[in-house]
Amino acid sequence: MATERTHSGPYKRAVRIYSRYERFWHWSQALLIAILAFSGFGLHGTHSLMSFETAVGVHTIAAIVLIVLWIFTTFWHFTTGQWRQYLPQRAGLFDVIRFYAYGILMGSPHPYHKTLRRKQNALQSLAYLTFMVIIGPALWSTGIVYLAYPLWSDLVTGQWFFVLVVFVHTAAAFLMVTFVVIHVYMTTTGKTLTHYIKTMITGYETVELSEIEEKYLEETQPDMIR
Amino acid sequence: MKNPVNWVTNGLRTAAWIAAACAVLCLPPSLAEATDISPFETMISGQTKVPQVSDKKPGATADHSKFEALQKPFENGSEVTKACLTCHNEAGHQFMKSIHWTWEYDNPDTGQKLGKKRLVNNFCTNARGNEGMCAQCHAGYGWKDETFDFTNQENIDCVVCHDGTGTYYKMPNSKGNSACTVMFEGKKPIDLTKVAQSVGMPSRANCGTCHFNGGGGDGVKHGDLDSSLKAPPHELDVHMSPDGGNFSCNACHVSDKHQWAGSRYHINARDTLGTGKPGMRRDVASCESCHGVEPHEHPALKAFYLNSHTDKVACQTCHIPTFARGGVATIVNWDWTTAGKVDDKGLGYKIEGYIQANGHERPTYKSIKGSFEYGENVVPTYRWFDGQMEYTTIDRKFDPAAQPIDINGFKGAYDDPKSRIWPFKKMHTTQPYDKGNNTLVYMHLWGDDDKAFWGNYDFDKAIAEGMQKNELPYSGEHGFVETLSWWPITHMVAPKEGALGCQDCHARDGRLAGLTGFYMPGRDSFGWLDMLGYAAFALTFGGVALHGFLRFVMKRRKGSN
Repeated sequence: MATERTHSGPYKRAVRIYSRYERFWHWSQALLIAILAFSGFGLHGTHSLMSFETAVGVHTIAAIVLIVLWIFTTFWHFTTGQWRQYLPQRAGLFDVIRFYAYGILMGSPHPYHKTLRRKQNALQSLAYLTFMVIIGPALWSTGIVYLAYPLWSDLVTGQWFFVLVVFVHTAAAFLMVTFVVIHVYMTTTGKTLTHYIKTMITGYETVELSEIEEKYLEETQPDMIR
Repeated sequence: MKNPVNWVTNGLRTAAWIAAACAVLCLPPSLAEATDISPFETMISGQTKVPQVSDKKPGATADHSKFEALQKPFENGSEVTKACLTCHNEAGHQFMKSIHWTWEYDNPDTGQKLGKKRLVNNFCTNARGNEGMCAQCHAGYGWKDETFDFTNQENIDCVVCHDGTGTYYKMPNSKGNSACTVMFEGKKPIDLTKVAQSVGMPSRANCGTCHFNGGGGDGVKHGDLDSSLKAPPHELDVHMSPDGGNFSCNACHVSDKHQWAGSRYHINARDTLGTGKPGMRRDVASCESCHGVEPHEHPALKAFYLNSHTDKVACQTCHIPTFARGGVATIVNWDWTTAGKVDDKGLGYKIEGYIQANGHERPTYKSIKGSFEYGENVVPTYRWFDGQMEYTTIDRKFDPAAQPIDINGFKGAYDDPKSRIWPFKKMHTTQPYDKGNNTLVYMHLWGDDDKAFWGNYDFDKAIAEGMQKNELPYSGEHGFVETLSWWPITHMVAPKEGALGCQDCHARDGRLAGLTGFYMPGRDSFGWLDMLGYAAFALTFGGVALHGFLRFVMKRRKGSN
């Protein structure tokens, strides 16, 4: 529904900023990472709530599914151009850090205004970039090498390579669960405690649209805007 | 589209199956039944027991009971051998090269001269010089001292291995002290004609005559070889059980010209060749020679993981959960220091102090041997093993301060591609040694004289005589030293349901807890990485909790303003 603009400049509208695939990716990835963390730390000996044999099976299958999901998602990022969302941006980084450290307690408004081109603030994109190019690859690359053990075990003398693989995998796993703690906490920092989670479920978020964007969406993709 | 070649071959295969099924259904019952008998099963004429699977095709072209040469009374075993050799004219020459005859083995890699003829063990200690008794397990007739003629074919005992009646037995080749003769009284005479006519491929019982009784009694030595394997239940030994493979020993210990594969003097701890190329016969007794190097065929993922172990873990490690589990106990600790006690009449005695699972009593003390401790259902000791044993031979000096002394020490390491984790029976003994020369000793145990330990119970006399007979130095003073011998466990393979599970080893306090120096998932961690990781997680958790709390407090305060 077209609404009359009462002023020129950015205008806030509820727009579907997370497409159906993006939401599917996010939640299935969340589930898989939870399964991997639980089974993985079971294998590591952190807990013994799952037998080693079951944990190996669950961990491997979940890892393979996650890798397939990531292949699709990488493809999706490049075909939709969404990869640009993760490009590092210096502007506003310290404002965001200051907001979370101090402003949020004082009730200051969030310094970042979501736009359709840039759904994430500077800190967020930096965090997700770290997740996607460091923690994620560290886990899946060492995980694949770990899984392919029989292919290389006779080519390597000594155990340095195996130990390296295990070390990086374990270290990255610790980083991953630590990331998840912060990530989950950050979901509570929206307008309400569950605002961001609802956004990630429905896909809709209030963002600033230029007049051109607004018109374009209303005419070409009316289901994306409400 | 389907590959047409596959389609054709599949079609042909199906047609062949249908044809085969029809053929079997249409055959007269007797012939159809005959197809149930594998060509590798041995048939022993006149016997009702189930034939055991051997490495040779059955000798079904001859019935020994119909040979004229065997239809006569035999004075003694040698006479039988002579009759055997009239047809089997190469067998004698072949056999005389075998370790069962020479009791000698020269290790090509270490150069050590091994074999029963030379070694000291930590059971009865030495066969050498005691052949009158010990050579009951020599496949020959009459070896009692150095005068035995190893070149005379007629001294070979064919029937101890080939007897099919189960009535054949051997007696000591010389007279022992009266303290021992009681063991051999009241035996039924052997009908050698019947024995000679019964011959066939060796059964488990034939090999077991000696190999089940190593160390001087049932199951004493190996722990994975005892009389329970004559007809083992399926869960005890999947290969040898009549309800399983019903393998004779030769099914794995394949032979060629009376030479057998699979000697523990020369072990390949890791067989990477597997079954070999199609049609290739591999004269080895390894698991891989039949099962291949990727033996697991579970659902793909599990099989993949299980097969990932074969480079570092011997098959036996997982598939033999415990040994001595057939109801027969094995000796795990032997103390010679207590030997030689006599009763009020000055005679030796024994105490039956252990009842094993099959109900039989076992001695815990014998004046002639000392005290024993038994084990049943024993969890093996696991070690990296490269297959190469280094023996403490009679001429090798050792440092008694470094006891226990390894009778057969070995090496092995994670880093060594030849090594794998193997299960062992670890045998502990306190036995006599030469205190002056720091060597093991040969004891003169058997003999009807005033020096043999068995009857006179005098260590110094027995050692002096044992060493002197072999022209070896003896300081004249004996002491006792703790020794260990290591017996690779390879029999009593359980069905797959009985194999170990992952967490038997992949756990902090699992079976491999004592095997250090390598990283094993589920058992090990990088101490400081874990500390750092858990700390980062906990601090982050605490940090966000604090942050959330502050947000809550500030909001409340603001709300109240």
